[in-house]
Amino acid sequence: MAEIISLREAVADLVRDGDHVALEGFTHLIPHAAGHEIIRQGKKDLTLYRMTPDLVYDQLIGMGCASKLVFSWGGNPGVGSLHRFRDAVQNNWPVPFEIQEHSHADMANSYVAGASNLPFAIMRGYVGSDLPKYNDRIRFIDCPFTGEKLAAMPSIRLDTAIIHAQKADRRGNVLMWGIVGVQKEAVLCAKRAIVTVEEIVDDLQPSPNAVILPRWVVDAVCLVPGGAAPSYAQDYYERDNSFYQRWDPIARDRDAFSAWMKAHILDTDDFADFKRSLAPELEVVDG
Amino acid sequence: MADLGFSAAEMMTVAASRLLANDSVCFVGIGLPSTAANLARLSHAPDVTLIYESGPIGAKPDVLPLSIGDGNLSLTADTVVSTPEIFRYWLQGGRITTGFLGAAQIDRFANINTTVIGDYARPKVRLPGAGGAPEIASLAGEVLIILKQSPRAFVERLDFITSAGFLDGGDARERAGLPGKGPTNVITDLGILRPDPKSRELTLVSLHPGATIEQAMAATGWTLKVADDLATTEPPTADELAVLRDLEARTARAHAGAA
Repeated sequence: MAEIISLREAVADLVRDGDHVALEGFTHLIPHAAGHEIIRQGKKDLTLYRMTPDLVYDQLIGMGCASKLVFSWGGNPGVGSLHRFRDAVQNNWPVPFEIQEHSHADMANSYVAGASNLPFAIMRGYVGSDLPKYNDRIRFIDCPFTGEKLAAMPSIRLDTAIIHAQKADRRGNVLMWGIVGVQKEAVLCAKRAIVTVEEIVDDLQPSPNAVILPRWVVDAVCLVPGGAAPSYAQDYYERDNSFYQRWDPIARDRDAFSAWMKAHILDTDDFADFKRSLAPELEVVDG
Repeated sequence: MADLGFSAAEMMTVAASRLLANDSVCFVGIGLPSTAANLARLSHAPDVTLIYESGPIGAKPDVLPLSIGDGNLSLTADTVVSTPEIFRYWLQGGRITTGFLGAAQIDRFANINTTVIGDYARPKVRLPGAGGAPEIASLAGEVLIILKQSPRAFVERLDFITSAGFLDGGDARERAGLPGKGPTNVITDLGILRPDPKSRELTLVSLHPGATIEQAMAATGWTLKVADDLATTEPPTADELAVLRDLEARTARAHAGAA
């Protein structure tokens, strides 16, 4: 049952070393603030899941929070590579790091299978691709009715799902809209769920068919306005494209990255403090 | 090269956009495919349906998205569905006439690599990975591939096949049971390549104005086959160029404004 608590408490209680964790979001509503809090609390040995790992995963990986990443596309959207991710894959920096690689269709289906409490997902896919040669969790089965060869992948079962949404009500029901990716499936395939939100309101006033996560599938709702930045929250704020560009040179260099993370994440108290710490940098860039 | 009044990159985008029809339902990759698909929508194919893997169906963005899930895709779409739904009902369900992909590398049978250069375990270059491409390449009715032609991109042998084209050529794709027709056109900055009907080897069928066969061969890591009836691509019309340049200028302004 959802409790409305601080993000610090939520991460301390619900994310444990060694957990299988997804901070999901498909370009929209990416839970950056929650990722930062995981880094601040020094969580270790996480197996991270994400269809589209981007900057916040670069940060988590570069700070040594993860020992493994399960993913289907890793990059800095519109800019290029994730340099910390590449350094981890190529050089195991800063900690030994493993990847388990899928396609989007596979991960989307595997989240659905997890949310559906099935042991595995099936789909038409991967024929002719080399991915199954390098990932033994992608296998092929014969359809029992037609004999057609289909790809099968184990369900995704998370310890903790973390997402960002636009609104919750005071009881902890969550409402989100726009590009909603696999966030609902991530929450429903997890033992525990944390949702950061832009605002907490008296009445959600959902339209019929709106994406609602009822309070009884969520453990913590945390009020973190702007908590998806530099990604965007539809009807709240736009994507900060310049941050994605500025991230590239920061992440290219281990020392520049470590210094930036110390100044803006480790030495700040929370997301509001993080944003304040960025203000001088923004002035320099804008000036 | 003489000044033709347009760049090779513009010619590539225009040539690719012409391959989308008004009734195409196109699963659009980000970057060059998205530029060409939106040019088609803003010029000869106003009713083309653009689907992005993040969930928007019937997206009509006024400026090009920087990422696959930009807000202007969902705000202008006919509907926005979840990512599982996009892949399960719309792509696997057989609703996509045209998959439109970019690639880091391609081979003579139009298999593509977006995963690694070098050994998988010890890569020389780690690329972003598969994304939606393997299933788009196998399940869409046909596939268009757009990328610049160079020896680094057009390679004799891929280090990793992320997404299947015609596999080893001939009827290998059909024998493997892949439902879609596979790549029908590879559009580059030098010309257009199409699979030979029998061998399925990519063959240069059209050269863009200003480009030469020698250039195309030098930009290909295998001995490029050239069609007997090699055509010259129609240069961009004034309208096509105006719409493309306007779209790119609007996009640059919008993204600079957000920065």
